[in-house]
Amino acid sequence: MEIPYTVEIRRDTGLTNGKIGIWLFLASEVMLFGALFASYILIRTGAPVWPRGDTILNVPLATFNTIVLISSSVTMVMAWASLKRNRFGTFRMYMGATILLGATFLVVKYFEYSHKFELGLFPSTSNFLALYFTLTGLHMLHVIGGMAVNAYFWGPGAKLWKTNPEWFTNRVEHSGLFWHFVDLVWIFLFPTLYLL
Amino acid sequence: MTSEHAVDHHDVDIDKHVRIYVTVFVALMALTIITVAISRLHLPVHIAVSIALLVALIKGSLVACYFMHLISEKKLIYAVLGLTAAFFAALLALPALTTSNGFWIH
Amino acid sequence: MSDPAAVAPPKTHGAHEAHHEELGFWRKYVFSTDHKVIGIQYAVTGLLFLLFGFSLMMLMRWNLAYPGAALPLLGKILGDSRMPGGTMLPEFYNELGAMHGTIMVFMGVVPLAVGGFGNFVLPLQIGAPDMAFPRLNMLSYWSFFLGGVTMLVSFFVPGGSAQSGWTSYAPLAVIASTGQTVWLFGMVFLITSSLLGAINFIATTIQLRAKGLTFMRFPFFVWAQFVTAFLLLLAFPPLEAAAFMQLMDRLAGTSFFLPSGLVVSGQVLTNAGGGNPLLWQHLFWFLAHPEVYVLILPAMGIVAEIIANNTRKPLWGYRSMVYSLIFLGFMSFIVWAHHMFMTGMGTAMAAFFQTTTMIISIPSVVILTALIISLWGGSIRFNTPMLFACGFLPMFGIGGLTGLPLGLNVTDIPLHDTYYVIAHFHYVVAPGTIFALFAGIYYWYPKATGRKMSETLGKIHFAGSFVCMNVVFMPMFIMGLAGVSRRLYDGGAGYAFAQPVLHWNIVSSWGAWALGLFQLPFIFNFFWSIWKGEKAEDNAWQATTIEWAAAPSPPPHGNFHVAPEAYRGPYEYSVPGAARDFVPQCEA
Repeated sequence: MEIPYTVEIRRDTGLTNGKIGIWLFLASEVMLFGALFASYILIRTGAPVWPRGDTILNVPLATFNTIVLISSSVTMVMAWASLKRNRFGTFRMYMGATILLGATFLVVKYFEYSHKFELGLFPSTSNFLALYFTLTGLHMLHVIGGMAVNAYFWGPGAKLWKTNPEWFTNRVEHSGLFWHFVDLVWIFLFPTLYLL
Repeated sequence: MTSEHAVDHHDVDIDKHVRIYVTVFVALMALTIITVAISRLHLPVHIAVSIALLVALIKGSLVACYFMHLISEKKLIYAVLGLTAAFFAALLALPALTTSNGFWIH
Repeated sequence: MSDPAAVAPPKTHGAHEAHHEELGFWRKYVFSTDHKVIGIQYAVTGLLFLLFGFSLMMLMRWNLAYPGAALPLLGKILGDSRMPGGTMLPEFYNELGAMHGTIMVFMGVVPLAVGGFGNFVLPLQIGAPDMAFPRLNMLSYWSFFLGGVTMLVSFFVPGGSAQSGWTSYAPLAVIASTGQTVWLFGMVFLITSSLLGAINFIATTIQLRAKGLTFMRFPFFVWAQFVTAFLLLLAFPPLEAAAFMQLMDRLAGTSFFLPSGLVVSGQVLTNAGGGNPLLWQHLFWFLAHPEVYVLILPAMGIVAEIIANNTRKPLWGYRSMVYSLIFLGFMSFIVWAHHMFMTGMGTAMAAFFQTTTMIISIPSVVILTALIISLWGGSIRFNTPMLFACGFLPMFGIGGLTGLPLGLNVTDIPLHDTYYVIAHFHYVVAPGTIFALFAGIYYWYPKATGRKMSETLGKIHFAGSFVCMNVVFMPMFIMGLAGVSRRLYDGGAGYAFAQPVLHWNIVSSWGAWALGLFQLPFIFNFFWSIWKGEKAEDNAWQATTIEWAAAPSPPPHGNFHVAPEAYRGPYEYSVPGAARDFVPQCEA
């Protein structure tokens, strides 16, 4: 039994099931991070003093990470574009780059976190740090999730290209949307935590 | 069996898109440098927040509109996201407004 | 795979589909991706949790009626750590209270109303072969199951289960025993289940509806589930975030919700402080208010279907009901702080929330009124589903109206956290939603099994439940107006001002135990009818909607032998000049 509109679009909505599914999921993620930003606002406006981000956190490292993540967004969309151009090899290259850049982001975060711990700065130390670790921690979990999905499509999942290239292309697009969203969250997280 | 024709007849379109991706990438890099540079000026908090938010909004919009193809998406997606934006705004604004040192109202 | 250029409704499965892979027992009945199996899994699990949650309450009612008295038999079984000598410890009462609420809302009503009815009925009513994402659907159920098991496990950890109310307010919940941590993890599983389910419902409704089934031709049940899915999708994530933060406070020593200088048992806590207990309340109620509409909307959907069917008339005011539903769903996101009027938010914001709360009562009244007017001039068949559906109407009316003084800041002041609140929301959920769910079970049972449940047992179930529900909850308004607080393990016995109204506790308790007895015919009926129920025809109720008119009872895998198409609205009953008193939506 086949579910319609898995690959072909439904004419009156112009969408595939997967496309609407991923956007609905992203809508829920907006609310998830929204709650954390709302918490940041409430706690910060209620605090008598609040440290400026650059007095505690490493701005150059985070700027580097921002560039890494934005670059990974470009390679991600290029991976999808390669599939649309029927160039599987190029897809492999761009997707691989996306995964590597994601891994770079994680490595940098590892150094950031461990340096904080060395200095005795933990989530329990202050609300600034609690928010920093929780917000970037949850974001990091999303990076890992996105990387896992991307790795699947780079590796074992890629055999779908041979049997149903359009479906494969769509799924890569959807996974790309998630990855761009992760980048988008960071675009707001970075100034909020590090620069203000 | 494999519908390859449906996959590559958008080649010309894709070339245009790729050019846009590169342009957006350069813009994002520039805006990142700008926002970090401005932060170094240590402006008063309210101004710093406004500017940082503005830049982030521009960067975010670029990612959303061009990498996520939102600029050419279907009405239904816009409707879902519009609804989400409204509730997101309520979630961010209302709790802070209920505190005595919230934004404006006491 | 299908031709990507195709736009006509694809042929759905019949006996003529190519793949007939024989699925093993586990893939067919346990890890099934068929929405009907998943729907039944949700429904049965949900009903079991409803029974369990109700049992917790029957136990609580012992101490409320006879505070400090030893409970014969059961008291000894529960052991000395909870009921030494058979008398209930306050901590145990609190466990029961917190878990009763949690289980009923998150593991009982929503899984049954949305997971059960939504999953089983929705694809059938829109003429779809299944949900848009069948594997995701299966994952949703098992996530719910895991969450449920986690919650049950919490009773067995040292210190017992969560005991800070289903609302888990900070700072009490942050310093509570281990059971609270387990509760938080349980909530993460339950929330994930709802989120994944919501994505499925919305995508399915939009994408898989039959040809000709425009939005304004949807059965009201479909609209109700559709709006409910949006509530779940957008309101749950903030609670998930809050749960993470409470876990951080409990496990990583953060102070998101812990204020500075908190003194516990004479000792000042050594945490960093600076946190905001009200932050928890905002994030919790941001979900929990839309959640109460998640509890009522599917119920309204079920009642609407049954009323139209058993009056042999179209619903009165369908359009206004639909617009009201949409408006209600939207407003539900901006009323939440009416649960927080006592937290000192200032008159401007209190005025804002009280205004939005008053406004949101309007669409509710429109829907209820339309349902009542729909009865006028109908050829009413008083079968069991219809009895429960009609019973819902005045009960929801009482529940809704009694909410008004709670929604106004000033009148909320003496009523907040009293038994009045408990009476209000139980009227809406218990003889409200749960009656609608019973109605739905009696109504769709023939679709799922091919047999009807016994009408005699059904009527006994209805009559007994209707009377007992009122015996349990009506006195609580009196107690609340007298000022008796909720969550007191002795039902107010320790307060001098409560003495004149305490006897009502005994009335409520006996009502609750009698209510429990009246569920026995239902439980027996539910299982007995699977084998011995009167055989029903495919369209057991002579209904117009697609699940009745086009699918066999029970439907096969893929639901329809031929993909249905919609030609008219959902309630073409008693059409002048028609051969029968109903014209199915999908009849050419």
